[in-house]
Parts: sequence; C-alpha cells; structure tokens
Amino acid sequence: MDGLLLNAVIYLAAAVIAVPLAKRLGLGSVLGYLIAGIVVGPWGLKLITDVDAILHFSEFGVVLLLFVIGLELNPRRLWGMRWPILGLGGGQVVGSTLALMALGMLLGWSWQIALAAGLSLSLSSTAIALQPLTERNLLGTPGGRSAFSILLFQDIAVIPILALLPLLAETAGTGSGEPGWIGALKAAAAIAIIIFGGRFLTRPLFRMIASTGLREIFTAVALLLVMGIALLMQLAGLSMALGTFLAGVLLAESEYRHELESDIEPFKGLLLGLFFTAVGMSVDFGLLFSRPGMVLGLVAGLLLLKAAILVAVAGFARLPSSQIALFAFLLAQGGEFAFVLFGSAAGIGVMDSDTVALLTVVVALSMATAPLLVVINDRWIEPRFTRLDERPHDIPEDEGNPVIVAGFGRFGQIVVRLLYANRIGVTVLDHDPEIIDTLRRFGFKVFYGDATRLDLLEAAGAAKAKVLVIAVDDQDASLALADLVQQRFPQLRIIARARDLPHAVELMNRKIPVIERETFHSALRLGEETLKALGQPAYAARKKTLTFRQHNEDLLKQIHAHWSEDMDKRITLQQQARARLQQNLAADEKAQEEARGLGWD
Amino acid sequence: MTDIQARGKPKILVLFAHPYPHHSRINAAMIAAIGDLSHVTVHDLYEIYPDFHIDVKREQVLLEAHDVVVMQHPLYWYSCPSLLKEWMDTVLEYGWAYGSGGTRLRGKELVQAVSTGGPGHAYQPDGYNGVTMTELLRPFERTASLCGMTYGAPFLFQGARLRLPEDIAAHAAAYRQWLDNYPHPGQQPVCDQPAVPACDR
Repeated sequence: MDGLLLNAVIYLAAAVIAVPLAKRLGLGSVLGYLIAGIVVGPWGLKLITDVDAILHFSEFGVVLLLFVIGLELNPRRLWGMRWPILGLGGGQVVGSTLALMALGMLLGWSWQIALAAGLSLSLSSTAIALQPLTERNLLGTPGGRSAFSILLFQDIAVIPILALLPLLAETAGTGSGEPGWIGALKAAAAIAIIIFGGRFLTRPLFRMIASTGLREIFTAVALLLVMGIALLMQLAGLSMALGTFLAGVLLAESEYRHELESDIEPFKGLLLGLFFTAVGMSVDFGLLFSRPGMVLGLVAGLLLLKAAILVAVAGFARLPSSQIALFAFLLAQGGEFAFVLFGSAAGIGVMDSDTVALLTVVVALSMATAPLLVVINDRWIEPRFTRLDERPHDIPEDEGNPVIVAGFGRFGQIVVRLLYANRIGVTVLDHDPEIIDTLRRFGFKVFYGDATRLDLLEAAGAAKAKVLVIAVDDQDASLALADLVQQRFPQLRIIARARDLPHAVELMNRKIPVIERETFHSALRLGEETLKALGQPAYAARKKTLTFRQHNEDLLKQIHAHWSEDMDKRITLQQQARARLQQNLAADEKAQEEARGLGWD
Repeated sequence: MTDIQARGKPKILVLFAHPYPHHSRINAAMIAAIGDLSHVTVHDLYEIYPDFHIDVKREQVLLEAHDVVVMQHPLYWYSCPSLLKEWMDTVLEYGWAYGSGGTRLRGKELVQAVSTGGPGHAYQPDGYNGVTMTELLRPFERTASLCGMTYGAPFLFQGARLRLPEDIAAHAAAYRQWLDNYPHPGQQPVCDQPAVPACDR
C-alpha cells in the first residue's frame, strides 16, 4: 500500500513538473510525459524500477483513448471514410512494412523476425499524432483527415497482425497454439456481443442510471462498460483497444455521448500520461550507450523509411505541400502498439528478448523525436511552404453548431424550435432523462448532462459556438453557468432567461448582453388582449403595450443601478418589492399619457 | 338599362388604414356609414395587423374575390399611413401582382378615399403645399398601372380639421352613396378629376 501510494506520488509529481514545462517550451505534453518517465525511471533517478507492470497497467490508457476516439466518430462518418482508410492506411502499412522488412534482412535478421518487426514498426502512435492535430485544430484539414484515416487503419490492422504473429512462429518452427478456427469463432462472438449490446442494451441502461441522478454511478457504469469490453476482447484474444473503439463508435450517436466522454476523459488523460511515462522509463539507455551507432542508426532508418513512404502516400492523396511535412513527421515514429506487438512476439518466440529490447529503445526514441519534429516543422519547414501556397489554407470548422441551448424545458424548447425552423444547428444540454427521451422521439438532438460542468461544455463545442442560450430554470445554475462561460469561453455571447427581478439584476451585474424575464412578454400580451377586450382598437392597445414595455425596461435599469444601495439599507426584500411596486405604478401612469395618437383624423 | 343593373354591383374591398380610428371624426364616420352595404367588405388593417405582420396569402385571396379596391386613409406626411405602405410592399408580390406571371389583379380597379387636414386650395400649384393631390397620389396610380389595374379618381375630404359635424355627416353619406353606385372597373373617370363630393366643394 505504501509502495502504491509512494509510486502514485512520484508519477503525479513528475507529470505535474515535467508536462507544463514541456508545454511551455513548445514540446507538447507527450514529450513531457516521456521526459518525466526517463527522469524517474531506472536510467534517471531510479525512483521506480518495476517498469513492465506499470507499462502493462497503463496500456489501459490507450484502450480508453480508442473508446473516446470511437465516441467522436459515428458509423456513417466511418463508412464515408472507407476509401481513404483503406487506400492511404493500406498503402502506408504495406509500404512501410516492406521497406522496414528489407532493412531488417539487410541487418541479417531472419525474414520472420524482419517481417514481425516491420509490421510492428509500421504502426504509428495514435496518441502522439492526434495530440498535435487536435491541439492545432487540424483534424478538419486534408492533412489531418489523411493522418486520421491512416491511424484508424493501423488501429484495425493490429488485429490481423496479432493473428499473423503465431503463424510466423510456426513457420519459424518455434510456436504453438490453439487451432485458428476456434480463435476466429471467439472473435466473431465477442464482436457480435459488443454490437448487439451497444445497439440495444446500453441506452436503456444509461437512461435508468441517469434517472437515479447519481453522478458517480454513471461514471462507474461508463468505466465498467469500457473495462468489461476490454476484458471480453482479451478473453477472445482480440485487441482490447479495438473492442472499446467499436463500442465507442456504437455509442457515438447516443444522447449520452457527451456525458460518457466527459466522464471517461480524466481517466483517459491520466492513464495515457502514465503510459507515456512508462514508455519513458522503459527506454534502455544501457543499449543506447553500448551500441549507440546501431540504436541511432535504426531510429534514423525507421524515421526516414516511414517518412519516405508517407510522402509518397501524401502525393497520392494530393495533400497541399505545406501539410506534407507535418503529415510525414507525425506518423513517422513507432507507436504504442509496437510495444504490445513486441510483447506478443517475444511471448510466442518470434523474436528473442535482445531484439525486443533493442526495438523498444528504437521505438521509444522515435516517439520522443515526434514532438521535436513537429517543432522543427513549425519553425522552419511549414512557413516556407505556406508562402509557396500563396494563401493560408482555410481551416474548415467541423460541424460544430453555432448555438448551445442549456435547458430544454418549456422555455428552452421554444427557443430551440424557432432556431430549428430556421435551419440553425443547435446543441441542447439538459439534465432530465425523461425530457431527453421524449424529445428524441420527436427528432431533436438532445444531450444529457449538467451544463455547469466545464468538460461537458467543452464536449458540446463551447469553444467554437457563437451563442449560448441559458434557459435553465435553476437560478443558481444559471448564474454559475454564466460565470463559468464568461471566464472560460469569453467569445461565447450569452443570452439569458431571468426567472424574476432579483435574478435579472444578478445577470445584469454580470453584464450579460441579453436578458429576458421569462414571464414578462407573455404577461404583456395578456394585458394587451385585456385592453382589446375592453374595446380598445388593436393597434392602440399594441402601442400602449410597447410603450409600457419600454418604460418597464428603463425602470429595470434604474432598479439595477440602485440595487446595492437598497440592499445596504437592509430593508427586507418584501418591503423593497412593495415600495418598488408603488413607485412603478406612479411612473407607469405617466408613461401611458404619451402613448396616445394625436394629429390624426 | 345601366351596367350595374345588368351585372349586379361590383364587389368592393375597402382597405381601411387609420392607426387611431377612435380619435378620428371623418374616417370613423365614413366607415360607420358603409357598414351595411352588402357588396362592400371593410378590411381594417390596423385592427387586424397591429404587429405589422401581414398575412400575405389571406390578403391575396381577399383581393382576388373583389373587383374594386378602395384604399381609405387619412393623408399623413403627404402619403398613406405606414401599415398601408407595408401592405403594398408585402402583398403586391412579384409574380402575383406584377412582373412575370403577375396578372392576378389585372382588370380590377384601384381607387382612394383620402381625407386631408389642409383645405383643398392648399393642394394647388399656388397653394401652400405647392402640389396637387393628383401629384401626391402618383405612387398609388403608378402602382395600379404596374399591376394592370385602372386607377379611379380619388374621393377626397379636405380641410378636415376645421369641418363642422354636419359636413362630416354629409360627407359620410356621400361616401356611402359613391360606393353604392360605384361602377364596374374601367368605367369611372380617371384621376385627373378628383371626385370631390358636392358637399365638400
């Protein structure tokens, strides 16, 4: 227990120090974790020695990462990307594998080892490549989309590669294992379970859990789901990451997507950080010092060969010249799946442990170069090409909606319907599962969640949206949301529903640009109808109502200006309200005198 | 046998535009005087569209069901009240009232019943307004022309501010008579001779 606590403190402290530092230096968070790992690991301060266990444990971060990636992709989009995935991804993996295999055989390895190494090394690091792409909002660009297609293909390619390794062992005369068809049957059954469960069981389950209102149980269910799938996949001998990815894709169109994403996100972030730290620790600097030429040569060979293949693929995909370098640099390193594949290859005797140790160092070092290459690209390479391309490329906004409406009750609903009728995309947040269910049946896109949570707002696209309509009925939540958004998303214009006068004043204190008292306009309408019922002509009644509205809104500004003074006098709210009403009535009478039409006959 | 006896009376739509009819003497009296004419439909725009949001389809259906359109309004700032202008802007659509395929009003008649605060002699080249009513109402005449409608001579009530109650009663009665005997489109003298009733000359 002491050891666990101590280790946790060491990891967290290393991350807390190294990551912000690396980020400040423009190196990116992944390199920060790697450095933290090197520093605390066996070749640094020797604070942690049991690297393998940590590496194994933290691989779960990759699993969660794939789940979140899956959540962000929906099946229709995946299907729409099938050609880039197969074409670019297939080209990259096959090309890199052949090139790397040739390099291995030149070094005197058997073709089985060379092929296993080539396959493992052809894969890139999803985490390392995606981080800069999302940080720079490049996923919507041609380069970003192509990189993403290749990464997706690689994620899927891991499964056949894992299946291929035992065959290599058999031809090498060292392997053993169960017949292939049993494995295939197990795999098919596991995938069928995930697809069936994802389609039909998760929604009622989430609805049930959500209606209990217990946040931590919802989080627990989300984690249980991911871990359960991972376990299932492991039992079936498949990649855990692929299983959770599939589950993520199936849940991508669920209304609980944002909530799931924001629940899993912190675990994913921490475990992924731990994974990179562990990779940093596992770098065997002994090998680097004893055979520096071999290690560095292999790193350079790996990067050059993969980059060359990537440039060829980029040409095939007709990427703009300014994006080719970044595209090649981001995908040229080895990836986390290489560690997984090395482990498997060593286990069944395709590779000897010396080769695995050597390749692990090579992959870890190549991963460490990726952030450096990105910095080089940013400073020296991309600026030249950008000038060549004459104008900077448009970065298309992804399909983020311009409006977020928080609260989909009787009030928010009317706002949303008006916007929908005018074909304006709206992301709706509400925390009532029953409302969500009902409205989904009418075809609205509604997401479940507490709008005052920063992570949920982020997932809902608050950083890109233009307008936030605060239509929640809870005043405290309304004010908390306004505070949070003003602090974190200052570009987001807030339009707020006020429950009553004190709430309106609170919103005015926050300088919210548009505030509407929820009952004001409907009450005015009824007053207008009353005037008409008493025989006043419709237009005169309308004018009087509008005059009164103007007058009342001016009055609200005055009340707001004197609000704190009144508070200081410590008179009760009720007394204030009564005094206000008397003043208001007197002022109202005066205002109406001017609302008569004179000069017409 | 007169035309009216042969074909029956033309169907008349009175587009009444007065923002404050309860402050009006002459226009209110005129509307009250024609309320029981069965071939006349009184359409009170300010009462129906106090928000200025006009139901274009409904207005067009109404227009198609009538032969003569009477715009009854006070002259205000040398034009019609703003809601009537809004009505013209939105209801007289391209492709319906004018332009390619815009033939739905063709052969109908547009005429105005206008009250002015200033006396008749003010609306003369040598009067203090310096222009005639015919010139001031030119936009309406052009509108009718573009829609293929004939534009009848306007029915005027001038100097409303200084008129006595009996003048008003007489004018309202004349208005009723004018509408009751209104001929079918195209048989009314056109606008160069404003139809000022005998009681108002």
